[in-house]
Amino acid sequence: MKNTTGVLFGRLMKHILRSPDTIITVALMPIAMMLMFVYVFGGAVKLSLAGNVNYVNYQLPGILLMAVASGIAYTAMRLFMDSQQGLFARFHSMPIKRSSVLWSHVLTSLISNMLTIVIIFIIALVMGFRSSAGILAWLAVSGILVLFTLALTWVAVIPGITGKTMEGATGFSYPLIFLPFLSSAFVPTETMPKVIRVFAENQPVTSIVDSIRSLLNSEPVGNDIFIALAWCAGIIIIAYIFAMRAYKRRI
Amino acid sequence: MEKAIEVKSLKKSFRDTEVLKGVDFEVEKGSILALLGSNGAGKTTVVNILSTLLAPDGGSASVCGFDVITQPEKVRENISLTGQFAAVDGILTGRENLIFIAKLRGIKNFAQTAEDMLKRFGLSDAANKRVGNYSGGMVRRLDIAMSLVGSPAVIFLDEPTTGLDPEGRLEVWKTVKDLANSGVTILLTTQYLEEAEQLADRIAILHSGNIIANGTLEELQKLFPPAKVEYIEKQPTLEDIFLSIIGKKEEK
Ligand SMILES: Nc1ncnc2c1ncn2[C@@H]1O[C@H](COP(=O)(O)OP(=O)(O)OP(=O)(O)O)[C@@H](O)[C@H]1O
Ligand SMILES: [Mg+2]
Repeated sequence: MKNTTGVLFGRLMKHILRSPDTIITVALMPIAMMLMFVYVFGGAVKLSLAGNVNYVNYQLPGILLMAVASGIAYTAMRLFMDSQQGLFARFHSMPIKRSSVLWSHVLTSLISNMLTIVIIFIIALVMGFRSSAGILAWLAVSGILVLFTLALTWVAVIPGITGKTMEGATGFSYPLIFLPFLSSAFVPTETMPKVIRVFAENQPVTSIVDSIRSLLNSEPVGNDIFIALAWCAGIIIIAYIFAMRAYKRRI
Repeated sequence: MEKAIEVKSLKKSFRDTEVLKGVDFEVEKGSILALLGSNGAGKTTVVNILSTLLAPDGGSASVCGFDVITQPEKVRENISLTGQFAAVDGILTGRENLIFIAKLRGIKNFAQTAEDMLKRFGLSDAANKRVGNYSGGMVRRLDIAMSLVGSPAVIFLDEPTTGLDPEGRLEVWKTVKDLANSGVTILLTTQYLEEAEQLADRIAILHSGNIIANGTLEELQKLFPPAKVEYIEKQPTLEDIFLSIIGKKEEK
């Protein structure tokens, strides 16, 4: 049985290169948010932060997560299209490894989201983002972003396979896009009312944002990184199990 | 004669609906069988079971001597499926679609394979156009061409002409007739009696979960009362046979 993930992946990358809007549209919304936070709300937010904080740096991790959360809607969309167009049936009646069909989508999701993230980093740089982080810290940041993307990608696979309509397949990403607002991504959680604060401090985005922020600013990360990694790993494992189950049933 | 497809008392239900109630038929190597049935008769279900996409609830089915349940890998190596709805990638060009499938099948000279298929199916001029811009007939021809990459021994065509205009239908008919001469075995499903008459060596009629008739066109015509002599002698058409058989079944 041939492993054909590479060939399948090549096809999906052609899709992305032919409709670059999938990367650009995904990057646009977070970039607009970033402009808004830095140039509109930033001044006010800064009052509740320590005096020397670079707000572009401060809000960037949240913006990156937002970009991934909207990017994976396209992952679900591509899966939905393949199953609608009967391509799954064609692949599954061919002598190729069935799981490679799914893995090619996961890999494509990872690459396209990473491209979006690079674009956002570049814009942030122009807006005044500066980092003192060394190579190890950057590697750690990349690792966390890859894991977070994988986690949301496997979540996206589920509606992508089971969705009956395009809206059903992609709609799940909206609440995810808003998660960074209810976290430490843009304002310190100390300023929030009790209930929201408890939620904000215990949801995955906060630990991930805090870890990335500390790493980029060469500050000690403490326990945050372990909580962040545990969240990502947990989501990956659970979503993977459900996605595989849905995929087998789909066949 | 060697059998390319053997189906014995095949059963399949979806929840409470019993779709296949014990379907039996065989297809000889190198011949074309048309599985004729109306909407919801279970044609696609049969094809999906034979192409290893769906597990039956009972009975057995084998393709080229390989059991669809115990040896699905072997079956997949010998078949190709052209589903009821064309399975092509609308974002790629016609050539890219063919190259893609050739690579998936591990064909070394994939470029040449794609080129040959384009020529054979009259798609050379449109080879570099995105498939999203193809006409229905062109999409269907590409769809069939993609299924033929790698020279499978058995081909399943599920309602290959549904949704095509008369011109597109004729194009596909010609394609299937050419295929028949190349020695492959074809299982074709259709709702059109005329299509079965035109293309098939044998015709099996699937109705309410059973094969209610199976034979050559002449054999099926014999099932019908002899031609009535009116002012002109009129041979019964397949449509007459079909309606008569169904009518008899329903009377019981
Ligand atoms: N996955 C499924 N779940 C539930 N019911 C199904 C499923 N697939 C098919 N059916 C039902 O089984 C019956 C046979 O379906 P099938 O698609 O095999 O018919 P068909 O002969 O191909 O019809 P058509 O000419 O419309 O394509 C239909 O009543 C259909 O509603
Ligand atoms: Mg059907």
